[in-house]
Amino acid sequence: MTTATTHDDAHDDHGPAKGLMRWVTTTNHKDIGTLYLWLAFIMLLTGGSMAMVIRAELFQPGLQFVQPEFFNQMTTLHGLIMVFGAIMPAFVGLANWLIPMMIGAPDMALPRMNNWSFWILPFAFTMLASTLLMEGGAPAFGWTFYAPLSTTFAPESTDYFIFAVHLMGISSVMGAINVIATILNMRAPGMTLMKMPLFVWTWLITAYLLIAVMPVLAGVVTMMLTDRHFGTSFFDAAGGGDPVMFQHIFWFFGHPEVYIMILPAFGIISAIIPTFARKQLFGYSSMVYATASIAILSFMVWAHHMFTVGMPVAGELYFMYATILISVPTGVKVFNWVTTMWKGSMTFETPMLWALGFIVMFTIGGFSGLMLGVAPVDTQYHDTYFVVAHFHYVLVTGALYSIIAAFYYWVPKWTGNMYNETHGKIHFWWSTISVNVLFFPQHFVGLAGMPRRIPDYSLQFAEFNAISSIGGFAFGLAQIFFLYIIIKTIKGGKKATDKVWEGATGLEFEALPSPPPYHSFNTAPEIK
Amino acid sequence: MSEAPGKLIPRSQLAKIVLIPILMFGFGFALVPLYDVFCDITGLNGKTGRIEASAIDANQVDTSRTIEVRFLANTASGLPWSFEPVIKKMSVHPGQVYEAQYRVRSSADIVTTGQAIPSVSPGLAAKHFNKTECFCFSQQKLNAREQRDMPLRFIIGNDIDDKIEQITLSYTFFSVDKG
Repeated sequence: MTTATTHDDAHDDHGPAKGLMRWVTTTNHKDIGTLYLWLAFIMLLTGGSMAMVIRAELFQPGLQFVQPEFFNQMTTLHGLIMVFGAIMPAFVGLANWLIPMMIGAPDMALPRMNNWSFWILPFAFTMLASTLLMEGGAPAFGWTFYAPLSTTFAPESTDYFIFAVHLMGISSVMGAINVIATILNMRAPGMTLMKMPLFVWTWLITAYLLIAVMPVLAGVVTMMLTDRHFGTSFFDAAGGGDPVMFQHIFWFFGHPEVYIMILPAFGIISAIIPTFARKQLFGYSSMVYATASIAILSFMVWAHHMFTVGMPVAGELYFMYATILISVPTGVKVFNWVTTMWKGSMTFETPMLWALGFIVMFTIGGFSGLMLGVAPVDTQYHDTYFVVAHFHYVLVTGALYSIIAAFYYWVPKWTGNMYNETHGKIHFWWSTISVNVLFFPQHFVGLAGMPRRIPDYSLQFAEFNAISSIGGFAFGLAQIFFLYIIIKTIKGGKKATDKVWEGATGLEFEALPSPPPYHSFNTAPEIK
Repeated sequence: MSEAPGKLIPRSQLAKIVLIPILMFGFGFALVPLYDVFCDITGLNGKTGRIEASAIDANQVDTSRTIEVRFLANTASGLPWSFEPVIKKMSVHPGQVYEAQYRVRSSADIVTTGQAIPSVSPGLAAKHFNKTECFCFSQQKLNAREQRDMPLRFIIGNDIDDKIEQITLSYTFFSVDKG
């Protein structure tokens, strides 16, 4: 480990450059974090509007607003944009803002690469969205783009999708390299690995997952590209290839990917719960080991997405047991959070509400995940709305809730302004009631056999779908309210104290003012 | 900033971190042969084996067991061929070589080429289902409206699981013509 940089006095505390070029050329971790978070929010609203189209169409049985082709394009783009455009960039944005402040570093280790890894994303998503305007329409094969649907039978625009995925992959890999280099080299003296805040730990492990699996995703889309245009037959049985192999390679990426989207959330919750319980986090080292175990196990369970594709019984049993094994380290985390709150002096400010919402509803999503992991019953649940309900509970009320919790928790630190507490609480309760109205009935229609990715359905599912759609519109509206809260907080509000929260710990709260200077920790802080 | 924090990062460590994604990109492609090898060893995925006629030991026939082999034939879309087995099923002893015939007829007015892909069910029988001669070993080129009988010589290994009493062998012809 090296010490943080000492800084040339002449450059102390200069502010950001003026004008629009500030944002284009910036290498400042706070600026880039802000850019990432805004991109994620814009993508959340874009992907969210697509979800509104989906819910409007599913409000009643029969075809009302859109044709099946367009419906399929909506489900595909909704999934891709939410995964690669909203959740992942939001976590990278939080990493940019927080990791240097949490470990006492002046900036990220590779600031120019940081700029680049952000700025290729707008191009990637413009390319992806432009497919909607093309002849033949946007990709319509689902976010998992199974071959041969995405090779032999795909629209022309699929090539734009492939290159967009390449760009997103390059961006994520560069971002992850930056995180690893920062954490390994730029910690303040005395900040040993086992003293790092859990958000830093979970991001370090996430970054290793990213550099391990994003290149595999790049590989699989490259194989698609050569299958489509250069005469190879990776996934084409006629040339000796195998479409089932696509699913194996895709899920070898895809399963670690779902932990990429949840591990940083665990870090956020592990920061917020102790603050508002006014107790130290229970079982810090077990949290670190649990995160590492989840990451390692995530590489060994991918075929549980493929139980119905065809596998020998031994394979089904192995993947079933390995999958269910993951609930042990995940359970360790949930129990540690609950134990942290046990006999704590709890208060329920907005970030705490979102964090508690996360724990309860992520656990619901975890339980439906356990059900799906059981091979014999998965045959019934596979590709139904039960799966949709499951992954929205872990991704919306899990990952997204943690991101919103992080916003409310750290925005007073970032901007120096407190958000309006009443607004924050309205946002929480509005979202939490509507998101359950939205997704809970989907468990029931799923168990009753309603398939996913279908624009029409039989009459017996009508009531639950209508309820679900109403919840969907309400949840969508709540996020417009969130946009209002964000802008209002940035523009002004009650001044936050340096510590912001009574029970807050960590360098960003204890060693920096609110808002922090443009360049923080030019001299490394003392770690007790 | 006058002093880029990047200067503090040891280049060798950075090289290692950059190397991981590059290797993993290669690993993604290495999964393709690994997948084939895995299926070949385990006999999963219905991939049948090939055996040289000279390698067969004639004294290994197990007449105490009889296995029923059913033949299926399919043509993928884009290939105007009709394709069917001449006999639909056979009763065979493990260890003995048998011959079956498939008949294919092109209804196209031009030369068409197809490749047959085999699949065996139950999947675990595939490893023991070996062929000495098969029309699937090479591409088949048919002239306009040509009909052809194609032989298939196979042997079921006598180490096949006792519980297997019936094997279904399915061939699908895919078009390999461009366009």
